[in-house]
This record gives sequence, C-alpha cells and structure tokens, in this order.
Amino acid sequence: MKRPHRRTAVRLAAVCVLMLGFSYALVPLYDALCDLTGLSGSTSNLTQATPAAPEVETAAERQVTLQFVANVNHSMPWDIRPDQFEMKVRPGHTYQTVFHAHNRTARPMTGQAVPSVAPQMAAPHLIKQECFCFTSQPLDAGESVEMPLIFKVSERLPETIGTLTLSYTFFDVSQTSGTQSG
Amino acid sequence: MSEIAAAHDDHHDYHPSGLWRWVTTTNHKDIGTLYLWLAMIMFFIGGAMALVIRTELFSPGLQFVDPQFFNSMTTLHALVMIFGVVMPAFTGLANWQIPLMVGATDMALPRLNNWSFWILPFAFAMLLSTMFMDGGGPAGGWTLYPPLTLQTGNALPFVIFSIHFMGMSSIMGAINIIATIVNMRAPGMHMMKMPLFVWTWLITAFLLIAVMPVLAGGVTMLLTDKFFGTSFFNAAGGGDPVMFQHIFWFFGHPEVYILILPSFGVVSSILPTFSRKPLFGYSSMVYATASIAFLSFVVWAHHMFTVGMPLAGELFFMFATMLIAVPTGVKVFNWVATMWRGSMTFETPMLFAIGFIIMFTIGGFSGLMLAIVPADFQYHDSYFVVAHFHYVLVPGSIFAIMAAVYYWLPKWTGNHYPERLGKWHFWLSTIFVNLTFFPMHFVGLAGMPRRIPDYALQFADYNMLASIGAFGFGFAQLLFLYIVVVTIRGGEKATDQVWEGAEGLEWTLPSPPPYHSFTTPPVVR
Repeated sequence: MKRPHRRTAVRLAAVCVLMLGFSYALVPLYDALCDLTGLSGSTSNLTQATPAAPEVETAAERQVTLQFVANVNHSMPWDIRPDQFEMKVRPGHTYQTVFHAHNRTARPMTGQAVPSVAPQMAAPHLIKQECFCFTSQPLDAGESVEMPLIFKVSERLPETIGTLTLSYTFFDVSQTSGTQSG
Repeated sequence: MSEIAAAHDDHHDYHPSGLWRWVTTTNHKDIGTLYLWLAMIMFFIGGAMALVIRTELFSPGLQFVDPQFFNSMTTLHALVMIFGVVMPAFTGLANWQIPLMVGATDMALPRLNNWSFWILPFAFAMLLSTMFMDGGGPAGGWTLYPPLTLQTGNALPFVIFSIHFMGMSSIMGAINIIATIVNMRAPGMHMMKMPLFVWTWLITAFLLIAVMPVLAGGVTMLLTDKFFGTSFFNAAGGGDPVMFQHIFWFFGHPEVYILILPSFGVVSSILPTFSRKPLFGYSSMVYATASIAFLSFVVWAHHMFTVGMPLAGELFFMFATMLIAVPTGVKVFNWVATMWRGSMTFETPMLFAIGFIIMFTIGGFSGLMLAIVPADFQYHDSYFVVAHFHYVLVPGSIFAIMAAVYYWLPKWTGNHYPERLGKWHFWLSTIFVNLTFFPMHFVGLAGMPRRIPDYALQFADYNMLASIGAFGFGFAQLLFLYIVVVTIRGGEKATDQVWEGAEGLEWTLPSPPPYHSFTTPPVVR
C-alpha cells in the first residue's frame, strides 16, 4: 500500500470507528437534549417536574377527571387492575389510590410498570409522589399485592384539559431484574 | 497506447483463468464488472419478490401467500433492492469509471477492493437463507423497528450480521473511492475540474463513512437487546423503542441520498454529451450536491412525525426538509438549462436521463407533500409513501443506473448495444413504471396502508392496474439483460469517443480500454 493511500485509509477508518461510538453516544445524547430543551414530552422524569413557584389557590372548585388504565405486555401472565377506574380530583390536592396485581403462574416473577399519560400536554402536570412504577415488583407464585400510588395534579394544568388518562403497562423483567427505571 | 501499456505491465500481468481470475482479481475493471453483475442478479431476485407482492395484491382478499410470508417479502424486497442492487450498482460504476475519469491506473487500494466485493455474495446468501429458517425471514419491515422486529424467529441474528457485512463492504468501498479521488487524479485535474460523477461519488463516499457505522451500531443494539439482556429499546428496562427510530433514521436519511447522489452525477455526465453543450452551472452543481449531503444529517425525524414529537421539533424538521428542495431545484434547473438550445439527439442513455429528470422530480414533489407536518399525519405509512419513494428510486436511481450502463457499455465492451432494442426497453419501462406507481398515489391518499396483504374493496381497481404495470416492468427488464449479453458478445464496433459529443478522459482510451489503462498519467489542460 502506498504511503498517501495508507494515510487516507487509516484516517477514514478512524472516522468510521468514531461514528460507531457516536451511534452509542446518541442514546444518552438524546436524553440529555430532551432534558435540556424540555422537548421530550416523556413521563419518565415526572418526580423532578414539581413546579418551583408556589401554587396559587385558584378557583378551588375546578375538578378534573383522572382515568386509570393498567395492562400487561403481550404474554405476561399477571392480572393487573386499578382499584378505581376513575377519580374526580382537584388540582393542587394530593390523592391516593391503589392498583391490584396478581401473579397467576406457579413461579416467582418480577414485573415493572411503565407509565404513560394522555393527553401528552398533561404529562408534566401529573406529579407522582409515590408510585410502584419507581421500582420493580417481585411476586411469588400465586401472590397478590396492592400497590399504592400517591399523586397530585398541578394547578398549572391547562384549562383546556378536563380529563387525563394514566396508563400503566407491566413488563416481565424476571430475566433482567436489577435493571431499574423511573 | 494499449501496446505500450501491455509491454510496461508485463511483470504484473499474471492472469489466472476461469473462476479463479474473478476471485483473485484486484483490477478495477474486473471488480466493477463483478459489482454490476451482482446488482443485476439481485435486481431479478428483488424483482421476483416484488412480483409476489403484486400478485397477492392483484385483487382483494388473501389468495396466494400467507400474511407472514407477504410481510417478509416486503422486508426482503427493500433490503435486497437497497443494499443489493442500487448500492452495488453504483459502486460498480464507480469502480469502472472513477479511475478512467480521473486518469488513474487503478483504484488506490486494489486488494481492499477485492475484499469489499467478495463480502457481498456471502452477505446476501446469509440474508436470503433466512427465508428457509424456522419462523421465516424478517417480516417487521426493512426499517427493523423494535419491539416488532425483536419478535423475529431464528432469522434475526442472520439479518443483523448480513447488514454488518453489507456495511463493512460499503465502508471499504467508500474508503477506496475517496483515496482514489484524493490521491490519484491526473496532473492538472484539480478538484473543480473533476467530472460531476466523480464529485457526487466523493460526497456519497463521505456520507457512507459517516452513517454506515451508525446503522451498524443501531442493529447491534437490537442484537444485544434480543440476546444479551440489554435494554436500549426495551421499555421495561428503561429503554425507549422510539430511540431506535431516531438512530435508524439518522442513518436512513443520508442513506437515501447515498442512493440518489451518484445518479445526479450520471445524469450530469450524459446530458452534456447528447445536448452537445457543456454542463450548465458546473460549480453550482458541486455546491448543491454538497449542501444536499450536509442537510441530509438534520432532517431525519421527518420519517417519524407521528411518534409524538413536540411541535417545536416537528416545525424544525419540516422546514429543514423543505430547505432541501432548494439545492435539488438548482440541479433540476441546471439540467434543463444544459438541454436548452442544445443540438439534442435521443439515444437510449439520453432517453433514460430525461426520463430520470421528469420522474425523479415527480417523486421530489410528493416528498415535499410528505414534509408538511399536518398533511403527513394523513400520508404516513400509506401507499402514498410507497408511491413517493418508488418514484425517486425506480425511475430515479434505477433509471440513472440503466442510463449509465447504456452510456458506458460501448466503452467497456467495444461494441454498440442494439439501439432499437434499447429504445424499446426505455419506452416499455417508462410506461409500465408509471402504470405501477402512479395509481399508488391515489390509493394512498384514499387511505390504503402499506405493508398489508389484503385491502378494502374500494382500492381494487388501482391495485389491479399497479400489478399489471409491475409485471410489465419486470418482464421489460429481461430485455435489458438480453441487450447487455448481446452487446458483450458482439455488435457494431464503437470508436474511442463512442458518442459524438462525449468529452472526458475515459473517451481518450480505446474501446474497450486496455486491462491496465493510464499507466502513464494523462495531462489535463
């Protein structure tokens, strides 16, 4: 290989290696960019979303409807249901509810709930103070459990939103438990 | 010239014969030929898959294949046509033409060249073998979105490794092309004197080096998610399936320019020859190509407007995408201005080049429609998208490749192709390609989703037309194969210049050029 060719080839190969590294770097980079710009609309960082400004007592009579949905990822043999399917809540007040989980199988399993809020614009205004979705949930064979959820709806919830839906999907993480998500 | 070359090169004129010649060759002309034949074979394999799809869609209802197999046909058709036809065909053209056009003896890295070709047959053997595995071939779409793609059976690791191989081959080819262009130009050929085909390939090669590793990384994450317990795209482990779409389209959008930029170079070579005028706006063509390549890195999310992006993101990607219409428009205007008041003749390469300009522009306009966020919510994942990208890829890239083959085949073989048959091929292809893809706009706007084996009765007539067109187009390509074979075997002898208006270093060589050309570098004035 002639020297100038070798030099060009080595440099270009180095660019390739860098770009391969870049593809992995994209994973944290996207998260960082979304946090920085607030562009993501994801519910994953709800705990940090507590508004800094003191909440003003506005028209105390405002009520919104909060609906609960729970389901399992396609083949997970658990029964999941919310205790109440719907609640009337006042923005700014803290409420508590529970979800029921039951492991139908004859083996111990670990589940992980992943939340999602609709409409998307409401996601930053639903503040979960305690949630079973912060940790993974182990259940022995045939065991049932009540899982608490403490939350409030921020008073900054846009006036146009009257109904919110909080949906949980349970994933089977028995193979990979130890990995955590918020 | 050829005798001098032969005498000079005795010491490395070792020619093994038969198959071994092709396996061990490091000659750019041999490797170019190998790439082009691979593309031809894969074109008929991918075309057969398209005909399975069109047969099933000929009328509503499920009649010929089961839906799982249908979906693996759409997936494999795309992978074969993109990685097995258009990319190898362009690399083959680059191998043949770039050394001839810049006045080099060969490619800069001949052994690497041999390796980058010979990876490909194995990659495609592996990809196609997945059709016979438990669980069938990959059927989640060529974009391989998780979590659906992670439900693929035994085929998944084979698909991913074959994509790795294709990526390695493209990267090595790109390194070779850049090294050749940067280091081996004839004395006097400075950058702004290079033929546009060389320029567009230089820019394409940089795109390949920048994005093929990103695809490799993305599919490797799929592999580790499936088999090694990582959670890049697994919501249960804190991952995000939408992340894959971002990574994939960060590769995917530059990729579509990889599939089209060399066509721009081909058309920019052919039009001046048959208009008998120099190319209009050479330097603006170079800058337009470079700006298209640059913009291709900041528009990826227009493929995923419906994933739930915030408004600010959608607006940014919409306007960035529409910005690409500006340099592309510069190119189309330059091509038209090149033909304006030229002494035009309409040999087959010119017909394909003009067909390219008109039909690629149709595809470009439907692309602009798709770029509009509020409208895209209706068009997304419909047959309108299918119509759009087939217009830019079939009468776009594929027509440009055919134009290039007709244009340079007399140079490569020393024989003229049968002109009358070539024109037949062009007109049959053009009529049938429009019959196939134009109706897809209408069914798409009316709501027919893509990647389905069955559809509502209201779409029946247009689908029948599209299927008839697809079979017509497919069989017209057998004529292309026939023309190439008879031209290689014989025919009217071509002169060195081949075409009356042709200019450039490749036309100063005899037709066919000697096995080792430009052993003394030509001097460009």
